[in-house]
Parts: sequence; structure tokens; C-alpha cells
Amino acid sequence: MSDAEQITKKFMYINRKAPYGTIYAWESLEVVLIAAAFDQDISLAFIDDGVYQLTKGQKTEAIGLKNFSATYRALGDYDIQKIYVEKESLETRGLTLDDLQHLVYEDEDDDYAEKDSIKLVSADELGKIMEEQNVVLSF
Amino acid sequence: MPLEVDGKSYETDEEGYLADLSQWDEKVAVALAKSENLDMSDSHWEVVNFLREYYSEYQIAPAVRVLTKAIGKKLGKDKGNSKYLYELFPYGPAKQACKIAGLPKPTGCV
Repeated sequence: MSDAEQITKKFMYINRKAPYGTIYAWESLEVVLIAAAFDQDISLAFIDDGVYQLTKGQKTEAIGLKNFSATYRALGDYDIQKIYVEKESLETRGLTLDDLQHLVYEDEDDDYAEKDSIKLVSADELGKIMEEQNVVLSF
Repeated sequence: MPLEVDGKSYETDEEGYLADLSQWDEKVAVALAKSENLDMSDSHWEVVNFLREYYSEYQIAPAVRVLTKAIGKKLGKDKGNSKYLYELFPYGPAKQACKIAGLPKPTGCV
């Protein structure tokens, strides 16, 4: 495919559910990891109970499920650089950014400097970012 | 079909991936490699050990593109390319090397 034919679309994956109890969080993460191979403009949004997906110190032994929270730290390797967390959802749950894992990516255009992937945004700001998307997938 | 190593039987899935990755050891790896018609050299071990480390840190087997980049960073540019990796694992570095490393089939691997 020539450059002229190469179309890049903006994809946003919205995560609204707690990490365990339903399969949504893990399924979303797997879809994102697969989609990352197609060189599209990908962003993730964490809203409502979805913010729990990014929390530190998850322990799943007692519920007999794989703890996949470590996998979010691999997103940087997959060139996923935009992870939006809704401010209101965090606050309602008594959480702050310090309760979330520190996720980073390497900026190729800036001598591979490590940069933060997580961006704290208000519901209004997130709404505007959603409007700019070509495809929005909700999990 | 279970894999037999030194009289011990290991459960595998229909494609020959180890069912329980905690059962993995180097002997199992050699047997898995044999089932893929591969002899393990130091270069093969380098990649297999790298995959095991990646899995234990991130709980996934990396996509080929990610593997290639990460290998290049860790083991040098001459090894961080798909030609090198395909020479070691002709049927796909992710697929074959993950199998030998006792990991599940990589996400998105067809």
C-alpha cells in the first residue's frame, strides 16, 4: 500500500467496568494489543469503575484469576501513548493518580525519553476528545 | 497429546503448547524444541529466556514487532531484526519460541 492509500483512523477504547467479575476489561486489553499492530491512532479511556483497572497492588489469588494488571505496563511497548483517565470517576471513588500504576512510553521523536501515558482529564475534556474520534469502542 | 520427558508426562493443548507453565524447565524446553524440529543453541536460549522474563513481568507474550524491538534493545541491534529471529525460529519467533518457553500462544497470533 502506498503512503497515499494509507489511512490512519482515530480509535478510542473506552473501559467502564471493574477489572474482574466480568470479562470486559481483559477482552478490551487483548483487543487493544491486537489493534496496536495496525498502526492506527489509538487511545484508551478509563471511566466509572473502569478506573480500577489501572490501580496498583491488585491481588487476585483469592478469586483464582490471573492478575493481568501488569499487562497495562506493556502498552508503552505497543506504542500506546494516550491513556485518558476521567477525573470525576477517580474522585468519586476516593482515588488519586497515586493509586494508579505509573504507565510510560518512549517518545521516538524526543530521543526515546520516557513520558507519562496517563492523562487526567475532566468529563468535559474527555467528551471533546471522543468527538474527534473516527471509531469509539466501549467495553 | 501429552509430552513425555524422562518418563514424566506433561499436558499440552491441541497445538502442543504446555498447559501449565509452572511445569516448565529446561528439559521440557528441549523436548518442545524437538517437537518443532529445532536444536537449542545459545542463541535460541537467549530468545527463550528473554520471553520468559517478559512474560513474568507483563503476563503476556509480546507481539513479534514488540519482541523484535525489545530484543534489539537488550541483546544488540544485530539481533533485533526479524531476519535473525526467523533464522532461529523458521515458523515464527513468537509462535515457536513461545511454545518452547512454555508460554501460551501470543495474543493476536494466527
